[in-house]
Amino acid sequence: MKTINIIILSLLLPVLAHAQNYKSTESYIRFFSEAPLENIEAVNKDAVSAFNGKTGEIAFSIPIVGFQFEKSLMQEHFNENYLESGKYPTATFKGKINGYDPKETGFQDANATGKMKIHGVEKNVEIKGQLKVDGDKVTIKSVFPIKIADYDIEIPKVVFYNIAEVVEVTVNFEYAKN
Amino acid sequence: MQRIKLNPVRAILTVSLLLLFSRSAFSQDDLLNQLQEDQKPVPVSATFKGARVINGQSIETRDGGVMEVVIQHRFGRVNSGVENFFGLDEAYIRLGFDFALTDHLTVGIGRSSHRKIYDTFAKYSFLEQKTNGGSPVSATAFLSASTDTQDPPSGVELEFRHTMSYVGEVLVARKFSPGFSAQLMPVWVHRNLVQTPQDVNDVFALGVAGRQKISRRSALTFEYYYQFNNTTESENYNSLSFGIDIETGGHVFQLHISNSRGMIEKEFIADTDGKFLDGDIHIGFNIIRVFQLKKKGGPPKPMDDSW
Repeated sequence: MKTINIIILSLLLPVLAHAQNYKSTESYIRFFSEAPLENIEAVNKDAVSAFNGKTGEIAFSIPIVGFQFEKSLMQEHFNENYLESGKYPTATFKGKINGYDPKETGFQDANATGKMKIHGVEKNVEIKGQLKVDGDKVTIKSVFPIKIADYDIEIPKVVFYNIAEVVEVTVNFEYAKN
Repeated sequence: MQRIKLNPVRAILTVSLLLLFSRSAFSQDDLLNQLQEDQKPVPVSATFKGARVINGQSIETRDGGVMEVVIQHRFGRVNSGVENFFGLDEAYIRLGFDFALTDHLTVGIGRSSHRKIYDTFAKYSFLEQKTNGGSPVSATAFLSASTDTQDPPSGVELEFRHTMSYVGEVLVARKFSPGFSAQLMPVWVHRNLVQTPQDVNDVFALGVAGRQKISRRSALTFEYYYQFNNTTESENYNSLSFGIDIETGGHVFQLHISNSRGMIEKEFIADTDGKFLDGDIHIGFNIIRVFQLKKKGGPPKPMDDSW
């Protein structure tokens, strides 16, 4: 009888482990550059993410062409000249969220460490953010700075608008159990 | 020789443990790879830098709310000699305004100094090339009507309908790589009135165009229109052009050489009288200034107020 139990349990385990996987259902990525001449803002709602509730592992992928600007030409320059979305179609992050209590409800501070890849350049980063576990739903939100020179993104001096050297990035995801 | 005894319970246990490990290993290592499969098809942008490749149209239409002011110059023939400063002494000009009404529909008006032609057009992009399993090509339809308002030779009486010409064109393009794009465009040009009875009213042609980026802000361009059936007693050649696109912020400069001097389809496709290889070449340029008349919907709002 005992062996049978073990068998049933071991057969169930993969299913249980799988049930700890979350997939994003909604996303909101914002890029904001504050400069004396003009503030530049773009929002992307096409990002996708996966989160493993058991291990805290997280990955997200943001299609560069999904960023919507107010001005079409700015959007074209962003894709063609700066982020080169033809060559590097996505920005990605792969890492782990630490320092949170999975039993706690409501938003709590958490840290994510891992590899951020933008414009084909990979960097080790630590991002502060907040996380909420609510039954089958998980929500994360984070606002962090990105130094564009770190990712080999060249902004020529002679352009008719200016982009700050450090831009503010907002990353929000809502997940449901997979 | 010892026989290995197979315990069925143990076997099942081992297999399920293996399954467990392989599954969890998969779900951890390939979190990012799994996401790649979830990517939606995304449209390919900037197949060509300008809404015109050189003389002719490209598949590009602007986003709704954008106006482009297009200033075009075509100088005289390079082989007209130094006394004519290689053609720079005399220029034909076209001034145009292109209005993007929606992301897919652009309408435009223009006026050419040569023969005082007024032209109007509508351009509709009906297919977008997309990555991740979307359409492999982009396609745009183009329709144009123009009227020649130059006074006819004395003794010739013309009605308004005699001054009209029409153009219908389908453009199909593919951006093969971030740097290289190519385009095919079958065109029909209809002239209500032609010079001689031998001339055809309807000219059919096939255009081919390409561009190769040479830096992030500049590209080489090429354009050729082959006419299938143009019969005329006057000199008539197929239009061939080479150019360079240079982008500086809100402007695009297009510098080029061409055996055509007209800047609208009826003229450069069906009425090119210069022979490229004989040096009947015109230097020309287009300057395109972009104005955002109406801002796009702007960045979408956050998911809900709690953010």
